[in-house]
Amino acid sequence: MKTFEKSNSFYQVFERKSGPAKEATHYCPGCGHGNVHKMIAESMEELDLTKRTVFVSPVGCSVFGYYYFDCGNFQAAHGRAAAVGTAIKRTNPDAIVISYQGDGDLAAIGTAETIHAANRGENITVFFVNNAIYGMTGGQMAPTTMIGQRSATTPLGRKEDIHGNPIRMAEMLATLPAPTYIERVAIGNSKHIMKARKAIKKALRIQAEGKGYSFVEIVSACPTGWKMDPVNARDWLVNDMLKVFPLGVFKDESDNQDEDAWKRHFEPFDKAKVDVYLDRMKSAVGEIEPTVLPEDLNCKFAGFGGQGILTLGLFLSQIGMRGGHHVSWFPAYGPEMRGGTANCSVNLSSERIGTPLVDHPNVLVVMNQPSLELFEKDVVDGGTIILDSTVVEGTPDTKRLNAVMIPASDIADEVGTPKVANVVILGALVAATDAFTPEFCESTLRAIIKKKSLIDMNIEAFRRGYDFVKKA
Amino acid sequence: MTEKIALDVPFMEVSGELCKGCQLCLAVCPKSVIAISDKLNSASYHPAFYTGADCTGCGLCFYACPEPGAIRVVKP
Repeated sequence: MKTFEKSNSFYQVFERKSGPAKEATHYCPGCGHGNVHKMIAESMEELDLTKRTVFVSPVGCSVFGYYYFDCGNFQAAHGRAAAVGTAIKRTNPDAIVISYQGDGDLAAIGTAETIHAANRGENITVFFVNNAIYGMTGGQMAPTTMIGQRSATTPLGRKEDIHGNPIRMAEMLATLPAPTYIERVAIGNSKHIMKARKAIKKALRIQAEGKGYSFVEIVSACPTGWKMDPVNARDWLVNDMLKVFPLGVFKDESDNQDEDAWKRHFEPFDKAKVDVYLDRMKSAVGEIEPTVLPEDLNCKFAGFGGQGILTLGLFLSQIGMRGGHHVSWFPAYGPEMRGGTANCSVNLSSERIGTPLVDHPNVLVVMNQPSLELFEKDVVDGGTIILDSTVVEGTPDTKRLNAVMIPASDIADEVGTPKVANVVILGALVAATDAFTPEFCESTLRAIIKKKSLIDMNIEAFRRGYDFVKKA
Repeated sequence: MTEKIALDVPFMEVSGELCKGCQLCLAVCPKSVIAISDKLNSASYHPAFYTGADCTGCGLCFYACPEPGAIRVVKP
């Protein structure tokens, strides 16, 4: 006896639906997703893969895959299903990962993830349901929309010269060397559906055997988006869509692959190796000598690119690191290597740092005019503002802030080069905050400055900045 | 209607509540033994039903139907 009935790979009851029809899907009458769901569930059950499967739902009409398939489920951000699937597969190599995506998800916002997962030959299966329209959002043009097809955003029909041509994902991916199996099938009539069943099953078997990336594009119907009745929609699919999306196998290397040839397992990071790396980084700043911070420093350094703003932040972070503190250094700059504005945020804390961003600094360093106007108001009351008075005109609010105006560029010039103005500022900062002793900073600078010939000049610059504040 | 179906011949059955009346099963049935009800189900669809004889149990309607649980076909 042969019975055709609901697969056991589906949940008995679909919790999505309210009302009496608790076992019905949320799809419109005549939607192709239901057909594809049934074929996938059937193949999962026949290959005995249901318990190993992780089904990645996309954004789109099929976002609720997890209400239907009685397997592991994950819902990815729009278009990212193949990237999420990559992570699931690599961390769980025995899982069967299904990335189920529509054309808005896979061929539009997720094109990059799709192509690169295929190009890496990830051992996952991608089911691409192509119905030539954005269904969920209300029938807008998709990358796969046909020339002349009307949609909410192409009311006069898609035009080649304005909107480009429908994109053929199966053909595109078949140009890549890594994918094992790429086929396009359809659900236009019974003959198509029987072929689609075979392709879906084959794709899953290829993955289960560790033979690599499999991709099945299913040309499907969206009667609602197309504004047709379900039967006419299937006829349109057969008569019109298949002219643009021809069916067939575009690549099949499954017979030439060894079992588990594409099985990869990436161990989680080896803590011992990470620790070795971190220790090497820490030792670059010299031997750790725990110091006590009078208070956490949340600093913003701002100026022009080329003034050494980012380096100044880095030096302070490295001094903090050597003092045994938690540190973060977060640069922000434009595309110009010289002359654009640049700033960086530095945190030094006795506790773990939650965010590297500094919106309200307690120390602000200003090395150009625009930065004073931009950032002064953000400094917390009683905070310290240090500005290079050689290049910045104007005075900060000395009632609210502890202001240090130091002609850092002039001092640096006297030391030998204006390039060390940033280190003059560093000396002033350490003096104004009493965060470290000058001797501690100087020995750190000796360890971290790579070019030995420049060490003495930097040490002098630091000392001049420090003394300027202390002797003021 | 169900009681008329003999168990030793193939038959198909439609869940009147799960059917959304898309008529894809009618379109693929080689024997034209499926029809659409005059009555509405509780989701306001006219569901399909088996007319009661001559089903061959081919299963084409099952695969044409987008609903996982709406159609069941038994071929003894």
